[in-house]
Amino acid sequence: MTTPDPGRPRTDRSPWNWLLVVPIVLPLLTFLYNSDEPRLLGFPTFYWLQLSFIVVGVVCTTIVYRMTR
Amino acid sequence: MSGHTTELVIFTLLFLVVSGMGFVAARWRRPESIESLHEWGLGGRNFGSWITWFLVGGDLYTAYTFVAVPALVFGAGAMGFFALPYTVVVYPLVFLVLARMWSVSHVHGFVTPADFVRARFGSPTLALAVAITGLVATMPYIALQLVGIEAVLKAMGITGHLPIVIAFAILAAYTYQSGLRAPALIAFVKDTLIYIVILAAVIYIPARLGGWDSIFDAAKAKFDATPAKGDGILLTGANQLQYITLAFGSALALFLYPHSLTGVLAARNRGVIKRNMAALPAYSFLLGLIALLGFMAIAAKTKPVAGANGKPDGNTIVPVLFDQMFPDWFTGVAYAAVGIGALVPAAIMSIAAANLFTRNIYREYLNKNATDAQEAKVSKIVSLVVKVGAVLCILALDPQFSIDLQLIGGVIILQTLPSVALGLYTRWFHKGGLLAGWALGLAAGMWMLYLIPNPATGKAHFGGSAFGLSNLGFDTTMTIYAGFLALAVNLAVAALGTLAFRAMKVADGEDATSRADYFADEGDPRVKELDLSAPH
Repeated sequence: MTTPDPGRPRTDRSPWNWLLVVPIVLPLLTFLYNSDEPRLLGFPTFYWLQLSFIVVGVVCTTIVYRMTR
Repeated sequence: MSGHTTELVIFTLLFLVVSGMGFVAARWRRPESIESLHEWGLGGRNFGSWITWFLVGGDLYTAYTFVAVPALVFGAGAMGFFALPYTVVVYPLVFLVLARMWSVSHVHGFVTPADFVRARFGSPTLALAVAITGLVATMPYIALQLVGIEAVLKAMGITGHLPIVIAFAILAAYTYQSGLRAPALIAFVKDTLIYIVILAAVIYIPARLGGWDSIFDAAKAKFDATPAKGDGILLTGANQLQYITLAFGSALALFLYPHSLTGVLAARNRGVIKRNMAALPAYSFLLGLIALLGFMAIAAKTKPVAGANGKPDGNTIVPVLFDQMFPDWFTGVAYAAVGIGALVPAAIMSIAAANLFTRNIYREYLNKNATDAQEAKVSKIVSLVVKVGAVLCILALDPQFSIDLQLIGGVIILQTLPSVALGLYTRWFHKGGLLAGWALGLAAGMWMLYLIPNPATGKAHFGGSAFGLSNLGFDTTMTIYAGFLALAVNLAVAALGTLAFRAMKVADGEDATSRADYFADEGDPRVKELDLSAPH
């Protein structure tokens, strides 16, 4: 926990926050994943690609947390 | 029903172990006195990353979710998978918002979202609107947890309401005694069981059904054969907008539910919340796999058990699938996971509802000088009343009524977004504008839900959340999430109302918070001011 600089009001603004937009927008773009082929391990694209967005979400959120704490 | 004896024994054993933990929880991380809302209702506001992860995860991913999402996928296919993008989008969306909510709540000792609105906009009326919306949205959610337990009991061949009454009586007793500590401790068991069961299910069941390829092919064949146009293993042109807006709208709504905030406010500091926003998607992965159980049930030709009205009850497909696939002892474990999965959220929801009543109705209107001990006492009693109400809801009314109410709940809780979530960012809105937006957003939402039929069940009204754009005069079969449209109405009215009230020079409320409050963290002098034993 860093002590805040008393002369400057604390804020949660940071350019890193923009990275959070990626996992918010990506899963809502249905045209990216609304197809059956190619299948991965038997999963249609619709399912495996959306499951992989979880990883995108975790990575982006973790980066923002580490860079802004 | 001798065929289910092993399942029943294991289910009962695990249920009893967990109930014991619920009572012992009062001594866990023991405070000097549990007689304040910060202790009883928020577990001492001192939970670290792990406890928060289990608690919030156990709270958001409820037994009803585990039962209803695969049932939806079983019936409609791809549309039911909206739960996945919903729970991917939600955490980055609220990452900064919840940290602000934590800070301002700790500086001022807020326990509910309505507490915040009261201080931010200086309006008890707006706070009352937010509190009542929260209560109405949460109550049917508690009742639905019973539907989760009931689905499991039905699959074990148990009928009648007595077991549910007993289960909820035990739940009510230990929540009364231990407060938020009980679900926090039980969540460890619940989530561990759920993870074991689901991971076993997604490895073992596909192997028995000939692999994922054949599972998806079986599902595709089934949906191709039905006359309904909206189903299938992919989205259609007409329901993509519904998929997107339902996922996004649900994500916006999730942390407006008072019970989600309860888990967040119980965290020790901002870092705990931010770390959890990065770690909670582990549950989303689980949810995605759980949703696919619906397709497995299609491939396994699972037949749902008939409900009280004689029609097949879709909510029983997962329990029946487990029964079909797993050895008896493991089915018992799986059933216990669902049953215990109902207890954690039901406890947290009833605590959140009780806190809302105590802080924003009792303390605001009935006893302005309530002491901490009085607040805790009222909350404990209200948490009992809420659970009795939930049981009565399920016993006396058609469970369908609770399902309809929960659908409405999602739409109406969204109407608190401008006051609660946007309020954390801007004080621009006038309290009158917010109140007008809330009222018209509610009206618009109810009107849209009323117009939605469900041809599959023959219902003319409240048949779902997919609002046909043709109702608005557009020549299309496309549908959109009713809550999303209602929120748009709400925001437009709130903005116009704010401009109008300003122009008419109607007095606005005082803002009791200051800018620095929104970034305060553990160890700051301002946060330390929140001495838990002192009056606030």
